[in-house]
Amino acid sequence: MKRVPILDLAHVIRSKNSGPYELTFDIVFKDRAGYRLAVASGILTAELFARLYGIGIEQVLNVVFFAEACAVKATIVRPVVSGDIGDTDVYGAQQHAPLLGIAFPVARTP
Amino acid sequence: MLPNGSADVTRVLSPTAILGYGFPVDSLREGLRRHPHVIGVDAGSTDPGPYYLGAGKAFTDRTAVKRDLRLLIEAALSEEIPLIIGTAGGSGGEPHLRRDLDLVVEVASELGLHFRLGVVHAELDKGRVVEALRRGEIAGLGPVPELSVAAIESSVRIVAQMGPEPLVQALESGADVVLAGRAYDPAVFAAVPLMRGCSRGPAVHLGKILECGAIAATPGSGSDCLFGSLEGDSFEVEPLDPGRRCTVTSVAAHTLYEKSDPLSLPGPGGRLDLSRTSFEQVSDGKVRVTGSRFVPSDGYHVKLEGVERVGCRTVSIAGCRDPFMIAAIDEIVEAVTRRVHHDLGLDGDKCSLRFNLYGRDGVMGQLEPSRSHVPLELGIVIDAVAPTQQVADTLCSYARSTLLHCSYPGRVATGGNLAFPYSPSDLPAGEVYRFSIYHLMAVKDPCELFPIEYVEV
Repeated sequence: MKRVPILDLAHVIRSKNSGPYELTFDIVFKDRAGYRLAVASGILTAELFARLYGIGIEQVLNVVFFAEACAVKATIVRPVVSGDIGDTDVYGAQQHAPLLGIAFPVARTP
Repeated sequence: MLPNGSADVTRVLSPTAILGYGFPVDSLREGLRRHPHVIGVDAGSTDPGPYYLGAGKAFTDRTAVKRDLRLLIEAALSEEIPLIIGTAGGSGGEPHLRRDLDLVVEVASELGLHFRLGVVHAELDKGRVVEALRRGEIAGLGPVPELSVAAIESSVRIVAQMGPEPLVQALESGADVVLAGRAYDPAVFAAVPLMRGCSRGPAVHLGKILECGAIAATPGSGSDCLFGSLEGDSFEVEPLDPGRRCTVTSVAAHTLYEKSDPLSLPGPGGRLDLSRTSFEQVSDGKVRVTGSRFVPSDGYHVKLEGVERVGCRTVSIAGCRDPFMIAAIDEIVEAVTRRVHHDLGLDGDKCSLRFNLYGRDGVMGQLEPSRSHVPLELGIVIDAVAPTQQVADTLCSYARSTLLHCSYPGRVATGGNLAFPYSPSDLPAGEVYRFSIYHLMAVKDPCELFPIEYVEV
């Protein structure tokens, strides 16, 4: 099974607060082909994000596909509210690293 | 003063992402050459955390804000168009509004300008919020705890986020410049279009893009202008710096920014439905957006933001370069924490002692999945929070000295366990707040929570 690394396909991979209680991740693909490949792989699910971040599936609030922007968005409950005791990232902008290792399985064409 | 121009097209200029972030004068001039009907600017955000709302301080720098205000007030008055500023002073509460109001008055005096200023207040009386809670008019917004009367009463400050309606009211009452407290970011851009009869969906969506200045262009910038032009059920958006372009990707991707769902964006009065929105590149740097719809909610709801005081913080920053200490750091931190709590006898409910370990999981904390590698060095931040600065100082100091001299398995470096970059090593960091209210409140009238005063400057 061939796997295409996410960095070959996406030019934006980021995290940011969506209000102080939620953390939202965006993956923006370079082009429609890359977006389609990623979506077709079927791996961009709530389960994937729960696994990458070691959180319960109920902490993943949504996974949204936004074709107009060739983008996928996932939002999770912030484990610590922004700026509260124990927070490590007030803006939530540096929580994206686990996404960088994603690789999309591609079925070989016969 | 009324906006000028034809009722068919409405043009909106956004100079920058946040008032005080700056913008090139050339971009502003280019924008004015296109005869906008209004200049709108967002002056704040909750991004920087709860401190600023709690402490009544602005996260935007006074000198930087004044610089922007000089250029914008002068531009608006000379073009005879309104200037609308939302979420004044960074957080939009009373002290924040006061800070930016003083700057507006200073600028006007220095430039010899006279105009009517509409000041729209957004800080709420706690009693009003308690009343609403008792009448069942408050709902949670996302994964937040249910609101209680106790939480409202223990809050330090509560603001409500206004929609465009109070801004429209201020303009209709003759304000040339409107300075508003906490406002829904797109509202400052949507107010004049709505007055001119533009459709609400495109007006609010345009506002959503303009609020971040040239961040929606490529290369993006939070310190440059963006220009929008509304007509019918669509709008066009473009940057004013010839070195930047709006592309379908840059604009569409911007819709994702800082929001949980790019297709349905809730706000005062309803939600923006982008499920049928299309983006089209109409020229090299300009994008047309069509089909954005506003779906009114059942009743009108405004977002409340509130904070409570946690205590005071003192931090100490130190490095560690010893491999045996690094290998044993978890046990060491645990032992030091136990020792400090035991020796000082502090109230665990009111005091907090944490150790941020950079090089291991300082950035991601409990979300960090990679724990197998051993770093060469650790950056340690001792974070002590207690009811008063004095107790926070004591807690930090005791933790720091204990960590500096404690023993651990394999220890050979008995000169001291920590490398401090500074003297003094302990840095009092002031008041600590946390968000305690992030809820929706139902109102009968979009303007009822937002009194307006008029100042003849």
